Amino acid sequence: MLKHFLRLEWKSFFRSASFRGNLVIKIFMVFGALYFMAVFLGLGIGAFYMIENQGWGDPLVVVNRYMIYYLVGDLYIRYMLQKMPITNIKPLLYLPINKSKIVGYSLGKTVVSFFNWGHAFFFVPFSVVLLVEGYSPIGVIGWHLGMMALFFCNNFINVLVNNKDNVFYMLLGLFSVLGICQYYELFNITTYTSPFFDALYAQPWMALFTWGLLIALATSAFTYFKRHMYLDAGLAGKKSLAKTEDYAWLNRFGNLGTFLKNDIKLIRRNKRSKTAVIMSFFFIFYGLFFFTGAVEAYDGPVWKIFAGIFISGGFLFSFGQFVPSWDSSYYPLMMSQNIRYREYLTSKWYLILLATVASTILASFYLYFGWDAYLAVIVGAIYNIGVNSYLVLWGGAYIKTPIDLTSNKKAFGDKQAFNSKTLLLTLPKLILPLGVYALGHYIISPTAGYIFVGMAGVIGFGFRNKVFAMIESIYKREKYKTLAAYKQKA
Amino acid sequence: MITVQNLTKKYGDAIVLNIESLEIPKGQSFGLVGNNGAGKTTFFSLMLDLIQPTTGHIVNNGVQIDSSEAWKPFTSAFIDETFLIGYLTPEEYFYFIGEIRGRNKADVDQLLEGFEDFFHDEILGQKKYLRDLSKGNQKKVGIVASLIGDPEVIILDEPFANLDPTTQIKLKGIIKELASSKEVTVLVSSHDLIHVTEVCERIVVLNKGELVRDIQTSKETLKELEVFFGG
Repeated sequence: MLKHFLRLEWKSFFRSASFRGNLVIKIFMVFGALYFMAVFLGLGIGAFYMIENQGWGDPLVVVNRYMIYYLVGDLYIRYMLQKMPITNIKPLLYLPINKSKIVGYSLGKTVVSFFNWGHAFFFVPFSVVLLVEGYSPIGVIGWHLGMMALFFCNNFINVLVNNKDNVFYMLLGLFSVLGICQYYELFNITTYTSPFFDALYAQPWMALFTWGLLIALATSAFTYFKRHMYLDAGLAGKKSLAKTEDYAWLNRFGNLGTFLKNDIKLIRRNKRSKTAVIMSFFFIFYGLFFFTGAVEAYDGPVWKIFAGIFISGGFLFSFGQFVPSWDSSYYPLMMSQNIRYREYLTSKWYLILLATVASTILASFYLYFGWDAYLAVIVGAIYNIGVNSYLVLWGGAYIKTPIDLTSNKKAFGDKQAFNSKTLLLTLPKLILPLGVYALGHYIISPTAGYIFVGMAGVIGFGFRNKVFAMIESIYKREKYKTLAAYKQKA
Repeated sequence: MITVQNLTKKYGDAIVLNIESLEIPKGQSFGLVGNNGAGKTTFFSLMLDLIQPTTGHIVNNGVQIDSSEAWKPFTSAFIDETFLIGYLTPEEYFYFIGEIRGRNKADVDQLLEGFEDFFHDEILGQKKYLRDLSKGNQKKVGIVASLIGDPEVIILDEPFANLDPTTQIKLKGIIKELASSKEVTVLVSSHDLIHVTEVCERIVVLNKGELVRDIQTSKETLKELEVFFGG
């Protein structure tokens, strides 16, 4: 039986649409994976000595202190990205296969996922270093096994709470607040949690508890799925209660309003687009790396503009980049309805404009780092509106990847989004403003640098109609190819 | 009036559609029948400029389809679920199409009132997004949406498939009524010979991309078609 399952798995992997890419990208992906493995490995080995050299105390204790955040972060990433095992069950249901076998196999599949063994790249070298540094072998083994069990627990917790958004966001909110409290030394949750992790080392038999928990979670996941293996129960997609919404205040924009209304609904009602918007919110804080001086490599004056572009342009990069793929599932409708490309593009442009302005206002806390920092954000926003907004719409004409709105798969990058044309277009998006700033900064003064970048944005803004006409003609030229590409579901 | 001239569509070496000439006068109810792969959907996709012809062209009311977009205001269609926006409720979808076609909410509501019977209480006010409706109900939404905004040319690909018998009969009534108007040209494709002979004045049979029969519907038509497809 297992043989059949594995053969299906093999075929689904090698025949998947995403695998049939070109060789260069595959090689890039392999290098990317190797890179991350190396980083984790380096972290595993290096963490111990880093903590020791910094004089933060016993490395194991330090790691244990922050372990709770690591675990919660892991759960968060799983929730967003790990695919649920139920997706491929349907065609197996009516075949003469034992239900227990199907469930067992599906859950087993989640166990061997990268989300579990990926952590080994940190924990194995870290444990080895602990042993080398003379920690008690029994204690280290107990700690290691305990941690392992906890991460596998996360695996099954994720399986059980999948699609329970409220629970999940509450948990996320709770831990964000706890994290902030800890930072400002109001309340420290780690004083309550770290003794437990410490105990795993001090009393290695405690690891049995974590394994007990793991077994309990695994069995409950097993029974839960077995009991719910019906099309209208566990296998049913989540159906949300729909509400007809009007947004009448957008009517004053005429046809443009019609599209804006639709785009707002698109963003609010689909998992994938929601993720994009949440991501763009996190972009706002990206500048902290630059202005706090946390990363030395970013200390050059030119990098301020880089930060400014990212802070105000989160939405532009995470959402704008995929126009028109957001509408891929009903692109034939858009192409045969009484719609002019210009209106369609303009509405997307306004959406980007609104989001950029909103991000800039939200980013006003950078004033804390001085006017200079916030000025970089404002100038970045002007450049984003005046130049980058066109560039993403232009690049979009060449990205022909259909987007499955209802799933979060590939939300964090899709290889097809990186073709040579879009790659070329990122140059003016990010490098050009740096160059323009550097020109002003080094030849005249920092203020001139800001003025130069701002001017580039304003000039771009002035050419709006011209640029739109050009983009429109590119979209028209690519129309048939785009339609054909969207037809092939990923 | 729709005119087709030397229209071919090739994928590689395979010719999937080859129509030398075809004229559909204004107001006609036009039926397209043929087996799977006969080229029905290809022809409709060409009519909507969703694919490019290899040679030739279609002219719809004086507008050449692959070179101008001016056919869009008076043409509407429902081909498949890619014409539906999954994350909208049926009401929102109707209003959206209405706004695009220059009809306000009241106009759309008035039109929808006439289809209450057709919807059978399963479409409006259901608190469901289109993606969560059954295939049959999705189809009903798509068909009715294609009638919004008084289009002069209506293209429906396989409108009877996936519908229950009651709805099929109601749909026949709707298409007949449209066909009775001298202003509206209706193009319908179907695998169901009985339905299509009942609602269409003229039936064209496609076979492997070629136009093989062009019949003005009469009492004998059904028999003729059955002989064609049966033999």
